[in-house]
Amino acid sequence: MTEFLGYGISGVPYGCTYALFAVGLILTYQATGVFNFAFGAQAYLAAFVFTWLTQVQQFPVWAAFVLSVVVLSPALGLIFNRYLFSQIPNNNNMAKVVTGIALFVGIPALLPVFFGTQNLQNAPSILFNINNVYLHVFNTPINGAQLATMVVTAVVLVAMVILLRFTSLGLQMRGAVESRRLVELDGVNAGRVVAVAWAISSFLAGLAGVLLAPLLNQFQANDYATLMVAAFGAAAWGALRSMPIAAGVGILVGVIDALLLGYLPTGSWLFTYVLPSLPFIVLALALLIVPGLRQLGVGTDPLSSVDPPPPPPIRAIRVPIMDRLIRISWYTVLAVFIISMLTWMPRTWENVLNSGLCFATVFLSITLITGMGGQLSLAQGTLAGIGGFTAAQLANHLAINMLAGALLGAFLAAVVAVVLAVLSLRLKGLGLALMTLAAALFFDNSVFNQTSITNGTQGLPLKQSWVAPLDFFNPNGHAMFVLAMVVLTLSVLLVNLVKKGSIGQFLTAMRGSETAAAGIGINLTWQRILVFALSGAVAGIGGVIFTIQQQSGNSNQWAYELSLAFVVIVVTTGVRTPEGAIQGGMGFVITQHLIEVYLPTRLSSLTFVLFAFGALTYAKHPEGILEYQKAKSTMRFQKLLFERDRPGAPPAPEAALAGAPGGPGVDGG
Amino acid sequence: MAESLSAPSGSVGLVPGEPLLSVDGLSKSFGGVLAVANVTFSMAAGESVGLVGPNGAGKTTLFNCISGQLRPNGGTVVFRGEELGHLATFKRARRGIGRTYQRIEVFTEMTVRQHLLVAERSHRGDGRLWKDLLNLSAPRPEEQARVDEVLDLVGLTELADTSVAALGLGLCRLVELARALVGEPSLLMADEPSSGLDVHETRELAKVLRTLQRERGMAVLLVEHDLGMVGEVVDRTVVMDLGQVIAEGTFDEVMADPRVRHAYLGTSR
Repeated sequence: MTEFLGYGISGVPYGCTYALFAVGLILTYQATGVFNFAFGAQAYLAAFVFTWLTQVQQFPVWAAFVLSVVVLSPALGLIFNRYLFSQIPNNNNMAKVVTGIALFVGIPALLPVFFGTQNLQNAPSILFNINNVYLHVFNTPINGAQLATMVVTAVVLVAMVILLRFTSLGLQMRGAVESRRLVELDGVNAGRVVAVAWAISSFLAGLAGVLLAPLLNQFQANDYATLMVAAFGAAAWGALRSMPIAAGVGILVGVIDALLLGYLPTGSWLFTYVLPSLPFIVLALALLIVPGLRQLGVGTDPLSSVDPPPPPPIRAIRVPIMDRLIRISWYTVLAVFIISMLTWMPRTWENVLNSGLCFATVFLSITLITGMGGQLSLAQGTLAGIGGFTAAQLANHLAINMLAGALLGAFLAAVVAVVLAVLSLRLKGLGLALMTLAAALFFDNSVFNQTSITNGTQGLPLKQSWVAPLDFFNPNGHAMFVLAMVVLTLSVLLVNLVKKGSIGQFLTAMRGSETAAAGIGINLTWQRILVFALSGAVAGIGGVIFTIQQQSGNSNQWAYELSLAFVVIVVTTGVRTPEGAIQGGMGFVITQHLIEVYLPTRLSSLTFVLFAFGALTYAKHPEGILEYQKAKSTMRFQKLLFERDRPGAPPAPEAALAGAPGGPGVDGG
Repeated sequence: MAESLSAPSGSVGLVPGEPLLSVDGLSKSFGGVLAVANVTFSMAAGESVGLVGPNGAGKTTLFNCISGQLRPNGGTVVFRGEELGHLATFKRARRGIGRTYQRIEVFTEMTVRQHLLVAERSHRGDGRLWKDLLNLSAPRPEEQARVDEVLDLVGLTELADTSVAALGLGLCRLVELARALVGEPSLLMADEPSSGLDVHETRELAKVLRTLQRERGMAVLLVEHDLGMVGEVVDRTVVMDLGQVIAEGTFDEVMADPRVRHAYLGTSR
C-alpha cells in the first residue's frame, strides 16, 4: 500500500502543472472565448527566458522570475490580445483557433532565431531549493521544485475561483465572453476586462512554465506541447468552466501516469501503447462524454450579425474576361513549369519541387475538410502518414507494388478519417479540432513510434523493387515528377468536381447554417462523414507519393506538429481554393530550401515563423493572405483595364474586397 | 409578387380536410424550465393555423420539436399518418415539412438562386458523389424552371443572382420562405415571417401565404406577432402561454377569450 501511495504521490507535482495549465486555459476561455492553443508555447517561452537568464546570463532567480513571468508573459498576452485576438469577431471561432495554432507553431520556431539552437537544462526552482528534500510522503521524497509546484498550484486555484466567482471583474469577464458588445452596452469597458484576463492568463502560463522547467531535466518545446494536451483533457473534463474539476482531473492524470509508470511491465502493450497516450485518451474521453463540450467554440454572440459577411471569393468579383486571362496565365505557367522540370531544371530543384507537389496533394485534403467542409482537422499529416506507412508495409511484407498499395493506403486513411468523423459526430468547432488533435497525438506516440510499423527513428528505407517497373528513384529521370504531377492533377480535379457539384453546394449550405441545411433535407451526418473520408483519402494518397519521393517512410515526416503547421500554411495561402493548397505546398518547400541553403542553421525554423505570421492575418482575411493579395491585384488590374462606369464593370477594389454592405440580420432599413 | 401557380407536388395524395399533423401531449423542458407543457393540437391538409402567444410562450420550441431540431421529453408528433418519433430533421424535411426561422438562417456564401437550387435538390434526397465526380450535377432545366417559378412567386426574380450577404433582413426572410417553398412541402411552418418587413411587404407576404394555402392546398402553420396578418391568413388560431395551449378556435373567437386577453395584457389591479 505504501508503495502504491508512494508512486501516486510522485505524480502529484506533474499533475499540479497539468492543473495549473488547465486553470489558465479555463480562465482565458471563460474571459475571452479563446481556447488558447498557444498557452503551452507561452509557458515554454517564459521557461526558456527564465532559464537563459539564470543559467547563461547569471541573473538571480528572483530577477529572472520578475522579467520572464511578471513582465514578459503578461506583456505578451496584452500584445496577443491587442493585435490579434481583439481583431477577431466574437463568432469567428475558426479564426481564434487558427491564430492560437499559428502562435503555437511560431513561438517555439522563433526562439532559435533569437537565442540560437542551445539546449537549456537544470532550471532553478522559484521558491525552494531543488536540491533539498523538504518532506517525505509515504516514503516518497518531495524536493523544493515539487513542493513549489504544489504550493503555487493550490494558491493559484483558490485565487482564480475567488476572482471568477466572487468579484465584479470576474462577473464582467463571464459577460464579455458571451458578447463583448452586449456588456459594452451595459457600460462595461469590455476591452479592458478582456485585456486584464489575457494578462492574468499569460502570467499563469509563464508561472506554469517556470514551475515545470526544474521538473524536466532538459526541457524542450515538445515537452510543453504534450503537457498542454494533458491540460486540454483536464480542462475538458471541467467543461472549460469548472476550475476545481479541471484541477482535480489534472492532478489525477499525473497520479495515474505515475502509477502506470511504476507498475506496468516494460515492454507490455499497455506500457507501449496506453502509457504514452494517456493524456490523449483523457482528452478524447472527455470530448465523448462531457455534454458541455458538444457546442464548444460555436458562436453564441446575440449581436454577431453586426459583423460584416466574409469577403466573396475572387472568382465572384472578377469579370469574365479576367477569368479567361487568368486561366490562360495559369495554363502558361503550368506549361512553362512542366517544360522546365523536364528539361533544364537542376536536379536539386527538381527534387525540391517534387516534394512541393506531394505536399500540395496533402494540403488539398485541408482544402476539402476545412475550406469546403468547414471542419478544422488537426490530423491531416497523420492521415498522410497512415497512407504512406500502409503502402510501404504492404510492399515490405506482401510484395504489393506501392502504386497499388497507394490505393489501399488511401483507403485505410479514409477509414481512420471516417472513424474520427463518427467519434466526433456530436462535436462542433473547437471540440472537433481537439478530437482530431488527440487522434494525431495518439498515432504519433503509440503507432508511428512502433519499430514494426515505422522502423523506429531511422525510418523505413524503400526499395526500388517496391515501385518497379518505373524508376522513381533515378535522380536523372523524371518519373517521380510525372507521378507527383499526375496525382496532384487528379486530386485537384476531384476537389473541383466535388466543389462545383451537389456535395460542394451542400457543404457550402452547411457552412452557412447547419440548422437550415438540415431543415431543407441535407443529411448533415452523411455529408460530414463523406468529406472526412474524401479528405482522408486525398491525404493518404499524398502521404504515399511523398514517401516514394523521399525514398523512405519516417515518423518524423508526419509528427503531429506538422499537422498543425500544415493547417497554418494552407490557411496562409488560401484554404478555400486548390490554388491555395498548391501555392502552400510549393511555397513551403521553396522557402524551406532557400533558408536551409542560404541562411545559418539557427534560422532553419524561419519557414514556420513566416507561415505562422502569415496565418495570424487569418482573422482579417479568412480567404488567406495570398488569396487576399491576389484579389487586390486582380481588382486593381481590372480597374486599369475597364472603365468603372461601364455597365457590368467590376466594383471598386476596396468595396468588393470588404464584402457586401448589409448582410443577413442587419436591418436594411 | 406573382400569383399564378402550378399544381403542387408536395401535397400529392392528400385530400383537403384529411388529418395532416397531429401533436399529442408534447412536452419539452430545458433544465427546470418547462417550455412546452403537454401541448395537443392537430391540423388538416390544406388548413391554415395561426400559433400565437406572448414572447416565451413556447411557440418556437414547439416548432423545433415538430421539425426535429429538438427532441421532446414526451408526447408524439404524427405527420401524414406516420409517428415521427426520433426521425432526423432532414428526413422530416423530405417527408414534406418545410419551415422558416425566427432568427434568420441563410447560407451566407450563396446567391438567392443557389439557395433554392440546393434546397430543391436536397429535398429530393438527390446529390450523389458519383454524379459529382462524373460532372453530372449541373442544374437540370426542370430544376431551373421550378426555382424560377418560386422566385417569381415570392418576388425575388430580380435579386436571383444577388448574394444573400448583400440583402437586408426582410429580403432574407423572403429567401427563407422561397427556400422552404421550393421543396413543395405539404406543411409550411413559418416562424415570424413578417419580422423585418414593412407594411406593404407584410401585406404581400400574407397574400402569398393565403394563395399557397387556397390554390395549392399547402397547409400553413404560422407563428406571428402581427395579429392583423394572422387574422388575414389563418382559418384557425391556437394560443399558447407559458408552454400550454390556452385557447383554440377562429381568430375572432380566441381574441375575445378572456384567458388570451389576460395572457397578452395581464390583469388590471
